[in-house]
Amino acid sequence: MTDNTLIFPVLTHLFTAIVSLFFWQKTVSQRIISIVGSAVAMGLSIELFVKVWTGGILTLQAAGWDAPFGISFVADVFSCSMVLLTSFSGFAVSLYSATGIARARMLYGYFPIFHFLLMGLNGAFLTGDIFNLYVWFEVIIIASFVLMTLGGRKAQIEGSVKYMAMNILASAFFLTGIGILYGITGTLNMADLSLKISALENRKLVDITAIFFVIGFGIKSAVFPLYFWLPSSYHTPPSAVAAVFGGLLTKVGIYALFRVFTLIFIPDNFLSTLLVALAIFTILTGTFGAVIKNNIRRVFSYLIVCHIGFMVGGLGMYSEIALTGALFYLFHDILVKTNSFLIAGLIRKLRGTMNMEKLGGLYAEYPLLSLLIAIVFFSLVGIPPLSGFWPKIYLFEAGFMDRHYVLIGAIIVGSFATLYVIANLWAQVFWKNPPETPGDSPLTDDFKPMTRFRKALLVAPIAFLAAITLYVGLGAENITLVVQHIAREMKDPSPYIEAVLSKNIPQ
Amino acid sequence: MEIVLVLLIGILYASGIFMLLRRSMVKLLIGLTLLGNGANLLIFLLGRITKGKPPVIDTAAKLFTDVYADPVPQALILTAIVISFGLQAFAIVLLKRVYVLVNSDDLDDLNTPEEEDI
Repeated sequence: MTDNTLIFPVLTHLFTAIVSLFFWQKTVSQRIISIVGSAVAMGLSIELFVKVWTGGILTLQAAGWDAPFGISFVADVFSCSMVLLTSFSGFAVSLYSATGIARARMLYGYFPIFHFLLMGLNGAFLTGDIFNLYVWFEVIIIASFVLMTLGGRKAQIEGSVKYMAMNILASAFFLTGIGILYGITGTLNMADLSLKISALENRKLVDITAIFFVIGFGIKSAVFPLYFWLPSSYHTPPSAVAAVFGGLLTKVGIYALFRVFTLIFIPDNFLSTLLVALAIFTILTGTFGAVIKNNIRRVFSYLIVCHIGFMVGGLGMYSEIALTGALFYLFHDILVKTNSFLIAGLIRKLRGTMNMEKLGGLYAEYPLLSLLIAIVFFSLVGIPPLSGFWPKIYLFEAGFMDRHYVLIGAIIVGSFATLYVIANLWAQVFWKNPPETPGDSPLTDDFKPMTRFRKALLVAPIAFLAAITLYVGLGAENITLVVQHIAREMKDPSPYIEAVLSKNIPQ
Repeated sequence: MEIVLVLLIGILYASGIFMLLRRSMVKLLIGLTLLGNGANLLIFLLGRITKGKPPVIDTAAKLFTDVYADPVPQALILTAIVISFGLQAFAIVLLKRVYVLVNSDDLDDLNTPEEEDI
């Protein structure tokens, strides 16, 4: 069904960004515009999700050029639930940024760039054209470069060199893949590609093309052995920025992997083995990194890598149950990872440091806040019945059905290590008495002297995301309905193809 | 013609990757640029090169009577060039900033620990 309203989340962010450009250096107005813009985008995303969930796949052919000749935008359940989750995270970070970002950064255009980033993310989720996906990726990375370097501290700039180099390299690989794909099929529309690629005789050529996409998206989503840029750059920008990066930027790579490897390249034996092997190593290396780190944000950075492996593993197994588990994990991960970086930022506001050894005693001082954070951490670990637990059941079930015992082992190791890391973090940051080192400057509490309103602006986004995470955990049967629907559509993409190419298929 | 382009693309990719693997930041930048150019030429080549047949088709024509050049690769390359231009401009400014801060061109020197990590 053609419906032009599906592009509204993208346009809302574009509009918000442009309007806030007019309020250059007026930080109070920019904050209000940003929060209002994100709230409107959230409302529109919810509307879009309801529309797609009840009415089926929506399409938009740009400028009226019919697919596969024009650029199509497609909102199936997968796209629009990603848009929905992005809007939740975006709204939370936008609220948090109002107090969590230093004024100096806002003066140099933090908010416009932030909304351009969200626009790029929404666009990447909604597009149905592979070259257009590349363009949205570039929109995302150029916005993220600016966010990453904004402020210009030495460590930050150094982190962004690695981030920049790896992302441009990923784009070059992605572009190469697109070039070859266009050369062998003569089309760029993903639905059309799906038909043409499955009709190709030369499967080796298809596999080689697929490798370019594995590398391109693998770098973006931090898959072993291409993840090293992530832990060496994600701990440097301000926490609100790290929250968007950790929650959404690696996930857009995962989204692209899922989209391309269920629609265009159907995982055969070779690809499936490759993805499962990559997943196993990703989980293990991420785990080992997380266990030895002392800085809260570095720990979370490695946990991102570890948990990316869960999703790639689910994709690699490529059964309906495995996809269900991986998608459920993806939904849970977006919310919980955004929130953990926001929490890291809050801890920094409370104590002035993120070094676990120097922290302590937060529970005694802020018991209610600690309880809120505990909910998020328990969800991250996957204590039943919270949200991290359900996807693992599906992943295990799929693993036992298809005899991927090593992957199951890796997931168990990864889950235990997450438990250990979070328990250690909890003990060190919340329960331990603060260490008394003479001569050291006392830890500064920036939180206490704030007004109640500013405190609320910092805590509200964490509570908001925690509430959604709680819903994902406790209302798991509803989420399961959605992810099972998506997994079915992935295994049989004919509704998607039909919706995009409906005009070309003779009645 | 194709074989020349194939060789050129191969050289561009190989030298791009080689430059990426060097330790100097400027060479990293050159490597990224070469790789981007290689990718653009690859799209150009894979879009089937036809000589002197502009894709301008008479509105009255009901079917194709001639071989026409494919305009899509041109559009793709143009977009990719514009994007890589923007990215490279950013990268140059960033690397210059790093050079001012770190006073070194060596990628191995980019490991200052965060103040709070120490």
